[in-house]
Amino acid sequence: MTKKIKNLKEFSLSNDRYEGANLMCPGCSHNIIVREVLNATNDPVIVATATGCLEVCTAVYPKTSWDVSWIHIGFENAAVAIATAQAAYEVLKRKGRLPEATKKMIEEGREPKFVAFAGDGGTYDIGFQSLSGAFERGHNFMYVCLDNEVYANTGGQRSSSTPIGASTTTSPAGTVSYGEKMMKKSMVEIMSDHGAPYVAQVSPSKWKDLVKKVQKGFEVNGPVYINAQSACTTEWKHAPEDTIEVSDLGVESCVWPLYEIINERDEHGIIYNTKLNITYRPKNKIPVEEYLAAQPRFKHLFKPENRHIIELWQKAVDAKWEHLQRREEAGV
Amino acid sequence: MAKKYELNEVEVWDGNMAAAQALRQAQVDVVAAYPITPSTPIVQNYSQFLADGYVDGDFIMVESEHSAMSGCVAASAAGARAATATSSQGFALMVEVLYQASGMRLPIVLTVVNRALAAPLNVNGDHSDMYLGRDAGWINLCSYNPQEAYDLTLMAFKIGEDLDVRLPVMVHQDGFLCSHTAQNVRPLQDEVATEFVGEYKPVNSMLDVSNPVTHGVQTEEDWHFEHKARQHNDLMNSKKVIKRVFEEFKDLTGREYDFVYKYKMDDADIAIFALGTTVESAQVAADKMREEGIKAGVVSLRVLRPFPFEEVQDAFSNIKAVAVMDRSAPGGTFGALFNEISAAMLAAGKSPIILNYIYGLGGRDTTIEHLVDIYRQLDECAKAGERKYPLQQFIGLRGPKLSFY
Ligand SMILES: Cc1ncc(C[n+]2csc(CCOP(=O)(O)OP(=O)(O)O)c2C)c(N)n1
Ligand code: SF4
Ligand SMILES: [Mg+2]
Repeated sequence: MTKKIKNLKEFSLSNDRYEGANLMCPGCSHNIIVREVLNATNDPVIVATATGCLEVCTAVYPKTSWDVSWIHIGFENAAVAIATAQAAYEVLKRKGRLPEATKKMIEEGREPKFVAFAGDGGTYDIGFQSLSGAFERGHNFMYVCLDNEVYANTGGQRSSSTPIGASTTTSPAGTVSYGEKMMKKSMVEIMSDHGAPYVAQVSPSKWKDLVKKVQKGFEVNGPVYINAQSACTTEWKHAPEDTIEVSDLGVESCVWPLYEIINERDEHGIIYNTKLNITYRPKNKIPVEEYLAAQPRFKHLFKPENRHIIELWQKAVDAKWEHLQRREEAGV
Repeated sequence: MAKKYELNEVEVWDGNMAAAQALRQAQVDVVAAYPITPSTPIVQNYSQFLADGYVDGDFIMVESEHSAMSGCVAASAAGARAATATSSQGFALMVEVLYQASGMRLPIVLTVVNRALAAPLNVNGDHSDMYLGRDAGWINLCSYNPQEAYDLTLMAFKIGEDLDVRLPVMVHQDGFLCSHTAQNVRPLQDEVATEFVGEYKPVNSMLDVSNPVTHGVQTEEDWHFEHKARQHNDLMNSKKVIKRVFEEFKDLTGREYDFVYKYKMDDADIAIFALGTTVESAQVAADKMREEGIKAGVVSLRVLRPFPFEEVQDAFSNIKAVAVMDRSAPGGTFGALFNEISAAMLAAGKSPIILNYIYGLGGRDTTIEHLVDIYRQLDECAKAGERKYPLQQFIGLRGPKLSFY
């Protein structure tokens, strides 16, 4: 059942499945994203979480922030965890062995949703194999990557999501280095190329867009990937109260374009159409420099010897934006 | 509903088929698995059962053993009966998740077809993988032939799922020597086996929407120790349940299992202690010695964890010399079984002379002659009343002899 949401006030009060007063840093986007995802549905939700900030801050025995069933196994296996929990659900349903309360929910038309949350480390890097396998097998679940472009939980080391020029604790800027040398990996496209019926990129600052995509994802059959921009006050080094503003700068500069890719499949699972929709188009695309300037992790790029990296950034963002628009126009 | 499999009173099965049949009869809800020699046929047999309608659970061919065990953990937390099989490198890849499975108190069953660990890469049997997982907090059962692999796999579910235990269980069998050697097996009929194992009663299922649960929490210095202590306590105390299940199985089948297996130990002066298929060879060697008037016996374990401390003490209480055989590279110390048995006998206050033999690595054949030689060394020590040979010797090794201390 798709939940109707009218406005932000109602949305923020709409349910209470996740306690936001937890050990996360004030201003952490992970918290905002999790609430937005869980609030997007009234159906029961089963959650798996990879090791990372979200896990260590929300389930420290004997407390838990989760009022939905939740499992954490390790850093690299959130995808297989949620996929197999969903598979177990199907088996027990078929065998008539689900708990009574769950059977009743299903009769009311409220099937549980299976959602994994993992950081970019748990997704782009160490958990990629498990994620790829679970998508290839086509289990029915949603995977949300909380992408703060760094291993935040362990003190800010680079990941393959860390963008070029960012100073991290393992790609620090120094007298002879401008920081991270690699471009960010294109996770959204990689996951779409698995043949997933629905993948999307979201930002917690554009909450209506996020909720709409999550709701779409809950409606399709098969694995869904959501790449969520997650500004990290500690590692991006902006003030906690600026989280949403920094997120907006990312969206308005097209550093973090909001779009979805839909693989339309027939009843045999054969993809007969792929379409990409840009779901938010900035009125005035602002320079990347403004986004970078808001985050001290890029501070050193403003030194004369590093300015070429800012130019490179702009070029890369423009090229990607152009590419997305062309794909959208071409309907591929 | 799964179809009933027509079984003869006596089937000719290798260890892999025996284990696969036990998994089928236990009506596992979710098997998540990945193939590796020599346990691959378990997964293949199971796939065929599924293809022919004999399984109504799910079988998920995942992309690695790490995911296989992770999948079992999640399925089990979701209230499903979960099991898998592996060997060697696959087992090594699972190790992180083995600890998570036991720490989360999930009664998963893992059939391990024992094989050497690389490098150098080797597909043959030894006990390196068994030793790698011995501290992972699982119950470990050991079989020597296909019949026992079948029996112990069925019992594993009943033991691990008991509400006083709630721990995962491994069932070991030797790669090739057991897994690929067809022998007579007397199976239970499907309905008898399924009833013996019983229906799985989950604890704290993630799928109960009326009672949300948090699985796999963080605990630091304030609670971690208590959790691990409780887990150890319940593993130690699982002996009661293991004993009860062994008895129930005996009542049903007439086949008898105990923590410690003993052969001609009542009047023995010397004994070989080993695990796996070597136990059967050692019995042949013991009989040979007895023809010469040397009172030789054999001791083995059915249950490696929880370690049957008192039963081991008891087995060796009147023995003069014991050879403890370890089939895993000891990596800079004595073999693990040697250490454990020595500790048990030290605590008993009266210890036989104990020698450590490293043998059979990477599938190297251990012959009756090797075992007879060991008995002769033991006999010499027993008669002299003192140790006459190095504490640790490698047997069956080519080139110069290797020994320490
Ligand atoms: C197998 C394994 N390797 C390394 C770690 C250490 N570790 C825990 S969390 C983490 C980084 C998490 O980064 P990410 O997934 O991006 O999540 P974030 O904390 O940034 O939200 C690392 C390296 C681990 N727990 N397990
Ligand atoms: S370090 Fe970053 S991701 Fe982690 S809790 Fe703090 S703000 Fe959130
Ligand atoms: Mg991160």
